[in-house]
Amino acid sequence: MNARRRNLRNGLIFCSPAIVGLAVFTVYPVLASLYYSFCNYTVLKPATFVGLANYRALIADKFFYQSLYNTLYYAVLSVPLGMVTAFLLAVLLNAKVRGLAFFRTIFYLPSIVPVVASSVLWLWLLNPDSGMVNAIIDAIGRMLGIPLQGPGWMQSPEWSKPSLVLMSTWGAGGWMVIFLAGLQDVPREMYEAAAIDGAGRGGMLWHVTVPFMGRHIVFVTVMGLIGASQFFAPAYVMTGGSGEPAGSTLFYSLYLFQQAFSYFQMGYACALAWVLFAVIFVGTLLFFKATGRFAEATGEG
Amino acid sequence: MKADRGAVVSDPLQPGPAGRVLVYALLFLFSAIFAAPFFWLVTSAVKRPEQLMAYPIQWIPDPVVWSNFREGWSFRPFSLYLRNTLYVAVLSTIGSVLSSSLVAYGLTRIEWPGRRLLFVTLIGTMMLPGQVVMVPLFALFVRLGWVDTFKPLWVPTFFAGAFYVYLLRGFFQAIPRDLSEAATIDGASEWVIYWRIVMPLARPALATVGLFAFIGAWNDFVGPLIYIVNENNYTLALGLSMFRGQYGTYWHYLLAVSTLVTIPIVVLFFFTQRTFIQGITMTGLKG
Repeated sequence: MNARRRNLRNGLIFCSPAIVGLAVFTVYPVLASLYYSFCNYTVLKPATFVGLANYRALIADKFFYQSLYNTLYYAVLSVPLGMVTAFLLAVLLNAKVRGLAFFRTIFYLPSIVPVVASSVLWLWLLNPDSGMVNAIIDAIGRMLGIPLQGPGWMQSPEWSKPSLVLMSTWGAGGWMVIFLAGLQDVPREMYEAAAIDGAGRGGMLWHVTVPFMGRHIVFVTVMGLIGASQFFAPAYVMTGGSGEPAGSTLFYSLYLFQQAFSYFQMGYACALAWVLFAVIFVGTLLFFKATGRFAEATGEG
Repeated sequence: MKADRGAVVSDPLQPGPAGRVLVYALLFLFSAIFAAPFFWLVTSAVKRPEQLMAYPIQWIPDPVVWSNFREGWSFRPFSLYLRNTLYVAVLSTIGSVLSSSLVAYGLTRIEWPGRRLLFVTLIGTMMLPGQVVMVPLFALFVRLGWVDTFKPLWVPTFFAGAFYVYLLRGFFQAIPRDLSEAATIDGASEWVIYWRIVMPLARPALATVGLFAFIGAWNDFVGPLIYIVNENNYTLALGLSMFRGQYGTYWHYLLAVSTLVTIPIVVLFFFTQRTFIQGITMTGLKG
């Protein structure tokens, strides 16, 4: 056997976990899910083809729009807020402070707390009567001499999504670490050149740091939006899977999960999943197109 | 980092004395905000129910009710859930490290056509939302009779995770080729080179993969939620969420168990900080 054939054989053997894994856990289920999305399917009985019926039902489904709205609301608030927080923390930590490891640990830890534990914790923190957050609001009110009443948080349809945004911002430490690594790569000379040109600290941050961090910012934004579009576990744990109050935490993935595993409308769930996939795919492409130009303009190819 | 030390004075991004005060003030403020939920978790976990609901709020628990931990833990069979969780987490760790390192080796150390295509495809799957494959995989595991067993939770980890392959690939590429060429001349097979030369050199990267796989399995909620039915098969995450559903009013126990479930992760992080941060930085993986 010549070296080329031996390499091909060895390559295929070594990579076989990925090849088999892709076939069984990605290619097959993706195709099957596309097929099921045109079917009436309950898992218990064989799927029956129903054409576009699921997609038609989806267009007329008010919960589809409600969950889409909730998810969009959450994404639009949580991703920018988390990014700004993470970026600010990274810039602070980059100022060569003492106790870097200490601060980094405190900011990072929330992002690895088991999601069920952090959901229980935040439900308790935001308890309208006995939670810490409203106690602090109350204390501030008394200090200022005006009665301040904290909101109902997870018990109120208006405040439930902001509650979850707060919780997700607490977990922004994972992004902070990425930004912190990126800050090490900004060339020193650029700051010096900017200083000679008379730029202040704010100017440097905006005209040097941010453009040079473009790659990291784009990466975090894309991953953040993809993650937010699949937001699920905290809403499930905190509401017991109901999406209450008044459907205000019925996020897209939660609704999809309900359709699949509470009502066993598996075909409908697959149609929902494919709509989500299409939105993410098109959104990411458009985003890369737009930011590709942004990167060109800033000289960060 | 080290090379920069001498240049601190001329570094225009380093704040002056007044700026440093502001930086520290902000750092302490943010630290207080980020640490406050942990404070609230631990102090609430050792309060009596009536202290939990007291108005005005009781900041420092008095008395400290340590027995909440023991009572909360035995309120549901959490010891059993712990054993189930460890079983899944250990198998997932082994599976992820073995399979991902094999694939990373095949992608970086063996020249064969198609390896680029495989790598790009693998990376592409990271953008695929899990909801798309959720239903067919569930149907598949139903047909295999794997629902309500641990198999759906750990068997897939033996088929290489894209993130882990990506992380290991970068590391394997940095290992000099001369090493394996010399071994080939001595008649060593690819298996020997993989196991005797590359794997020992890649220990830090393998540790990172193992750590992520373990924590991922420990924290996983959606997998057990879909596949586990019988209470005897619950993992800690699932058991805790069901505890919250059924006994939502037992806040002192709920918070005590939440604390206990979080502590191992925090301890693990403290001992492996460097490995951890490097790994996150390399993959961009978020918690």
